[in-house]
Amino acid sequence: MSSQAHFTDFKSDKRPTWCPGCGDFGTMNGMMKALANTGNSPDDTFICAGIGCSGKIGTYMHSYALHGVHGRALPVGTGVKLANPDLEVMVAGGDGDGYSIGAGHFIHAVRRNVDMTYVVMDNRIYGLTKGQFSPTSREDFETSTSPGGTKQSPVHPLALAMAAGGSFIAQSFSSDAQRHTEIIEQAIEHDGFSLVNTYSPCVTFNDVDTYDFFRDSLVDLAEEDHDPTDYDQARQKIMDFDNIYQGILYQDNDSVGYEKRLGIKEPMNEIPDGAPEGAMDLVREFY
Amino acid sequence: MPEDLNWAVGGEAGDGIDSTGKIFAQALSRAGRHVFTSKDFASRIRGGYTAYKIRTSVDELNSVVDRLDILVALTQRTIDENLDELHEDSVVIYDGERSWDAEVPEEQIALDVPLKSLAEDAGGAIMQNVVALGAACEVAGFPIEHLDSALEKRFGDKGQKLVDNNQEAARKGRDYVQENYDHDFGYSLDTTDEDYVLLNGDEAIGMGALVAGCRFYAGYPITPATNVMEYLTGRIDKYGGTVVQAEDELSAINMALGAARAGARSMTATSGPGIDLMTETFGLIATSETPLVIADVMRSGPSTGMPTKQEQGDLNMTLYGGHGEIPRFVLAPTTIAECFHKTIEAFNLAEKYQTPVYVVSDLAMAVTEQTFSPEEFDMDAVEIDRGKVVDEDSIDQYLDEQGRFQPHYDAADGVSPRAFPGTEQGAHMTTGLEHDELGRRTEDTEERVQQVDKRNRKVETAQREEDWSPREFGNAEAENLVLSWGSNEGAIREAMQDLDVDVRFISVPYVFPRPDLTEAVENAEKTVVVECNATGQFADLVERDTLTRVERINKYNGVRFNADELRDRITETFAAESEATA
Repeated sequence: MSSQAHFTDFKSDKRPTWCPGCGDFGTMNGMMKALANTGNSPDDTFICAGIGCSGKIGTYMHSYALHGVHGRALPVGTGVKLANPDLEVMVAGGDGDGYSIGAGHFIHAVRRNVDMTYVVMDNRIYGLTKGQFSPTSREDFETSTSPGGTKQSPVHPLALAMAAGGSFIAQSFSSDAQRHTEIIEQAIEHDGFSLVNTYSPCVTFNDVDTYDFFRDSLVDLAEEDHDPTDYDQARQKIMDFDNIYQGILYQDNDSVGYEKRLGIKEPMNEIPDGAPEGAMDLVREFY
Repeated sequence: MPEDLNWAVGGEAGDGIDSTGKIFAQALSRAGRHVFTSKDFASRIRGGYTAYKIRTSVDELNSVVDRLDILVALTQRTIDENLDELHEDSVVIYDGERSWDAEVPEEQIALDVPLKSLAEDAGGAIMQNVVALGAACEVAGFPIEHLDSALEKRFGDKGQKLVDNNQEAARKGRDYVQENYDHDFGYSLDTTDEDYVLLNGDEAIGMGALVAGCRFYAGYPITPATNVMEYLTGRIDKYGGTVVQAEDELSAINMALGAARAGARSMTATSGPGIDLMTETFGLIATSETPLVIADVMRSGPSTGMPTKQEQGDLNMTLYGGHGEIPRFVLAPTTIAECFHKTIEAFNLAEKYQTPVYVVSDLAMAVTEQTFSPEEFDMDAVEIDRGKVVDEDSIDQYLDEQGRFQPHYDAADGVSPRAFPGTEQGAHMTTGLEHDELGRRTEDTEERVQQVDKRNRKVETAQREEDWSPREFGNAEAENLVLSWGSNEGAIREAMQDLDVDVRFISVPYVFPRPDLTEAVENAEKTVVVECNATGQFADLVERDTLTRVERINKYNGVRFNADELRDRITETFAAESEATA
């Protein structure tokens, strides 16, 4: 980087329309700080987002960004990174965008292992459509579309990521600014696909999964004797659905980003002014 | 019509029908003969009838016909399926030693050749199809040395031994016919010194993409578009690009979109069901003003339809598909060589106007291998226009008073500047939401109108500045007008060689924007629109554009038009007119 960017450089002049107290403020601040702390600048960063409250993040941050259709932010990020591996690619989404409509892409993005960071603002509710249950909602969670509870098990994103061969699986809490920022920094520095499931409470529609709930129940792995590079330890923690953890649950230090495995070295944005040299050889192949 | 020979090999899927046919087509092409192939096939890996058909002539060929002269039949069904096309001089080559009892109709000449035994003598039963090719050379009066050359190409990289064995197998087939059938079959295939290349529509699209500088392709396998992806795989890497096989079409088009935003020339190819899935993102591509090329290699629909059958049913889909009003370009190459040229044109249009471009091809072109002179692919004539790309030095003039880059700047011609990510001072967002010039969400009534008008103005600029001319054949003064879009051009041109009526033929390679046909239709006594669908989607457009009723020739049984039937149907259509006016 030519000059060290400050995290406020990543802030746009648009004021967020998130509800006062929304977890997404903290999630976004951590992302901006982590980007600046890892030496990135707005001109070499690309943010992809989908639909939902989380999807608005590209508007409130300053960088190259695409706010796309619902559930497809990961494929967009994949295309950006493969076409220009010099860019820092960060994908942001919510639990609906990532684990419901985009669940198929989530699995494949995890196993494809393109070097990008996926921050999921998990509030266990659909906020923008005013309070329906989400794939991470508890089974007994009552909403306008689940009057007697959802009657279905919630998705366990970290377990899904592990089953799909994830190389970096972490969880953070938007209100624990310091830890959240640290975790995203490490996700950015990881070579491969990094999942950071960030609890980002909805103060308007979710009166169960509140700040207090997460503060009281989160167990910070920094205070435990946890070795994220130990697959068995990681598996135990990830499959422990009775507790929720903050920190890096699993990291494969041997991970190599898909773009490197494909042999992509240069940005793909430069091409010749006419047909490439030796183009007639392509025709002669058909002789 | 040209003096031609029609040859086919057929059997069960898995019998190596495709590669056998391809070897023979290659042999003919290398002998300086024109070749036009077609396939009968089903969507399964083993079992089911499949055939590879070759029409060959020293003259240019642009169509299939409904006549078979030599048929290599590996199954009874191959004979039964082709009874209509066999005539009294047709020769059927089959293996009487195999478990099935071939019933060759008495009218045809049955040639019982022990393909399997002879192949075993040459080194392995697997070469039985090559024995049949040797036998076919003898029947067709075609020097076997040209087959040698094709076998060399096919097996050369697997070792000389394999080439030798195959060439030996071919000779055993030829010799068997020589020794056992003292008959003049009446065929003789002349060779010429011409050098031809032999390729299909999907390969032409793929080659066009490479030449145009395409560096990113994401796709999901689907018949009949998969060949585009297979062509690019292993070749695009040499230019620093990549192919990604995505988990589905939704992902494929979003990956392609991401790569395009990053500044790569980017594309995907699919067929109808894939277009359905991609349509939501198509609107995003247009609204975010991202250049992207999408090839739709049409097959029979709707739903899963007939995946291995021909149809031009997606015209309305590519022209209107998507909610809201989406600016776009829709190109429809009319020949296999044009698949190459139109793909290059599509990349230039996409980047100049920051708009998605459909290249609409079809199964008939995708599965047909056709010979062309290499000069048809003139690389010196290729022009690359990337449009208004700004860099660090030129970006200043596109920043607003607060120094912010405006990706949707309301330019007079509708085309805003483009800054690739990584460009200093260029950081900007864009979105599928309606946005202001900075790319940020707006619901302001004036900004909404400004952006809609701006996007539509790009199309108006393109309409004015680009060449959307159709291709013309026949007599420009004729009172009978034939119109067509896409791949029917070749069959119509051949049909015209034998027509009793004088016609003017306009072949339209642009669905949107498209040439103004009003004058041509008004000047004609009668206009007929030829297309491979049931409802006449292009005919509807012509009627709407010209406010004149047209006649329609439609076909939707899953089989492409051939020159013979078009000659009859076009004649009938125009004859009906003279009766009516008499």
